[in-house]
Amino acid sequence: MSQALHLHYDVPGDDFTRAGEASGAVKRKLKQMGFNSSAIRRVAIAMYEGEINMVIHAGGGEADVEIMPEKISIVLTDHGPGIPDVELAMKEGWSTAPDHVRSLGFGAGMGLPNIKKYTDEMRIETEIGKGTKVFMVILAQ
Amino acid sequence: MNVRDIMEILEADIIWASETGLNAEVHTACGSDMMSDVLAFVKDQSVLLTGLVNPQVVRTADMMEMHCIVFVRGKVPDDSIIELAKERDIVLLKTRFRMFTACGRLYQRGLRGGCEKE
Repeated sequence: MSQALHLHYDVPGDDFTRAGEASGAVKRKLKQMGFNSSAIRRVAIAMYEGEINMVIHAGGGEADVEIMPEKISIVLTDHGPGIPDVELAMKEGWSTAPDHVRSLGFGAGMGLPNIKKYTDEMRIETEIGKGTKVFMVILAQ
Repeated sequence: MNVRDIMEILEADIIWASETGLNAEVHTACGSDMMSDVLAFVKDQSVLLTGLVNPQVVRTADMMEMHCIVFVRGKVPDDSIIELAKERDIVLLKTRFRMFTACGRLYQRGLRGGCEKE
């Protein structure tokens, strides 16, 4: 693989049951391409948590994935309400998810901490009323 | 232990399973209704026990490379969930036991959670 492979997905915000389709597709692509299982799982989990977040909090968004032999970069972009206090949002157990989301098995306040845990680099850009971008990098080795 | 042993220990019924899925080796398991908690503790668990019935259970198991989902308290997923499990080749079982008892029965027979302090 000499060039980076770029993948783009729209993440619909109106159907919680479809959240995770993009991360599932990326996971299968990485498997086909022969990446090691640890890297694949870290990408899958981090991107899945990000996708779930976009659906719960921001009415969906977009996922852009760049696959290179040495690393996988993911940018999740939404046009939701933004995160007022990123430091607080990064704390395990802190969540503003509504009760119906908890009844679906999410909203435990583990999404962003999980992304941090499974990525080698993570950065959040957010603006109130405009939206949020989550950048993540997972090294392939 | 393999998925067939899990079936026997939990007196479980098959909702959907492939032959390879039933023969898959399992070493550790995880019991939770919170999918974020499942995603937070990666330890090569192969079996997920849950009382939650929605497609995200299958997606979570898929992300974690799990072989088998056991629905406790006799819960039965709908067709869309079963279809997703077929696509991902993940065995779906149901047991009449509640979560605590189901986990206890598996622990007693040697299955562990994969945490260091067990």
